[in-house]
Amino acid sequence: MHKIFIRSFVSSLVLLFTLTVAAIAKDVKAAFVYIGPTGDHGWTYQHDVGRKAVEAAGFKTTYVEGVPESADAERVLRQLANSGHDIIFTTSFGYMNPTNKVAKEFPNVKFEHATGYKREHANVSTYAARFYEGRTILGTIAGTMTKSNVIGYVASFPIPEVIRGINSFTLAAQKVNPNIKTKIVWAFTWYDPGKEAEAAKALIDQGADVIAQHTDSTAIVQMAEKAGVYAFGQASDMDKFAPKAVLTSVENNWGPYYVDRVKAVANGTWNQKDTWHGIGDGMVVISDLDSQMPADLRSKVKKLQADLASGKVHSFTGPIYDQKGNLMVAEGKTADDGMLAGMMTYVKGVEGDIPK
Amino acid sequence: MIIDINFIGLIIASIMASAVPLILASCGELITERSGVLNLGVEGMMIIGAISGFALMTVTGSLIIAIFGAMLAGVLISTIFAFLTQTLITNHVATGLALTIFGIGISAMIGKNFVGIPGKEFPVLFENLKDTIPLIGPILFGHSIVFYFAFALPFMTNYFLKKTKIGLIVRAVGDSPVSASNQGIKVRLVRYLCILYGGAMSGLAGAYLSMIYTPQWIENMTGGRGWIALALVVFSTWNPIKILIGAMIFGGLTIIQFHMQAIGVRIPVQFLTALPYIVTIIVLVVISRDSRKIRLSTPSSLGKSFHKDN
Repeated sequence: MHKIFIRSFVSSLVLLFTLTVAAIAKDVKAAFVYIGPTGDHGWTYQHDVGRKAVEAAGFKTTYVEGVPESADAERVLRQLANSGHDIIFTTSFGYMNPTNKVAKEFPNVKFEHATGYKREHANVSTYAARFYEGRTILGTIAGTMTKSNVIGYVASFPIPEVIRGINSFTLAAQKVNPNIKTKIVWAFTWYDPGKEAEAAKALIDQGADVIAQHTDSTAIVQMAEKAGVYAFGQASDMDKFAPKAVLTSVENNWGPYYVDRVKAVANGTWNQKDTWHGIGDGMVVISDLDSQMPADLRSKVKKLQADLASGKVHSFTGPIYDQKGNLMVAEGKTADDGMLAGMMTYVKGVEGDIPK
Repeated sequence: MIIDINFIGLIIASIMASAVPLILASCGELITERSGVLNLGVEGMMIIGAISGFALMTVTGSLIIAIFGAMLAGVLISTIFAFLTQTLITNHVATGLALTIFGIGISAMIGKNFVGIPGKEFPVLFENLKDTIPLIGPILFGHSIVFYFAFALPFMTNYFLKKTKIGLIVRAVGDSPVSASNQGIKVRLVRYLCILYGGAMSGLAGAYLSMIYTPQWIENMTGGRGWIALALVVFSTWNPIKILIGAMIFGGLTIIQFHMQAIGVRIPVQFLTALPYIVTIIVLVVISRDSRKIRLSTPSSLGKSFHKDN
């Protein structure tokens, strides 16, 4: 009798728990708006990995892919808000105005806009990742591993996010090797494997023996593998595409943030905020370090990673000069977030001009 | 920068490699258009070839099955186009555009399971001869079989159209389907076959991208190359040798502008990236000025439907 009582008590607890979970899952619906296809294996792919983490946490999700950053975005957002979604993630910079506009019409729906800065209404939050911290690590590795002292960098579009990455990478590389040169090639695309491969090939033919990229496809690391030079993975761990070439990758890890925010809606604790997370909060993840790197470099990188995470080291610590030699950040100071967000000048040591 | 002779050889070799998909797709489309059919679905057929080749390679592990499978996939999807335009006499332009949209969509759907899988290494020929001759070595040796096929194709196409009886039939059907039909030529059959051939070549061009050039699958990976191939056919005034020249200029300028950027030439980057499109068109227009020759090689009934009762 006693046993049966306990058993039924336990099972009813389990049942209650399941029902609660189901109730949460039923209550909160999250939607994601993507700029590209989930099959790009880059930016959108990683956001979708984050969405799947939300699903795994027991919530219902919807996504719309390939949404242009135009009036279409507004229509999509309005439709998602109308169809019972409680929180909507808009995952591209160009959704900034549509997100704020639609947020005004639906004060009960929470909006989360990636990489933007406008929070015009109480139900709009913004979030972004400090990828430049990852590039500080890549620069340190590149500066140490290069023999030709020429490092190639395939860039996408001249926006602060990309310029910041180039600067952070170059500063770190110069710190370990003052003789290096960073050669930059603009591909003017986020992903076009053919074009990216051609850009990487041009840099390799001109003597670059380490290639970094700020475009999304795996074509560059594959080209590096073919040519026998080093490269770094972008957005996701690209090691399996080029096991010899890839020294490490900087991964975009949105999952924890997404789960956190959807849970906050479920618990009624969601509040407006501006999030800019880096290595310390796990939004930027450094993949396994390749064993081709000398042991002392690996331990140095591990330490740098820990220091970036704890805030002991900042990617932009003065003195930092621009190309003309003007002081950007004074000695002992670090660049503030406002400066980082609008960074549109190269630091000293980067070759060439920013395309206008 | 180091300008040595091998460096130039390397650049020329990468230019040729980037021209391969354009040559394949253009030469295929050229035959289709010479038979009087305008198929704007090249981009769609290419992307279908790309996913089919990559998927078959991943699933079967056989490169031969994958390459021929990609060509077959191009044939199958172009059969839809052929059936619609030849049997149901639909408008060529509208049907071709629909084919491209369909191809991009269906390739994305099939491709969902193949994202993030690394490709296999495709064997190259004469690798050991690459370093024996300076300049020429890297240009001639160490490429895939598809590469060599692509560079022979314009010459074979030229010979086929000018010197063979079947080539004459294709041209006759493209110029005057009514007269050809009166001569007892099965116009629709010829057009069907030319459309399917164009599909096979576009499929091969796509497979080259996903299996050899950048071995991976991602959505939209053809990146508009099908449209460039189409433009090459028109601007070359339906001449396969000029297609080869156009494809080399286009590929060449794409790669040289990257080199100019890396060297640090102070020309606006936007201008450099637009250069391949502008210069290719200008050069092809200039070398094809002879209006008599243009009239000779333009298929007079291009894009016009042929109905048996005409």
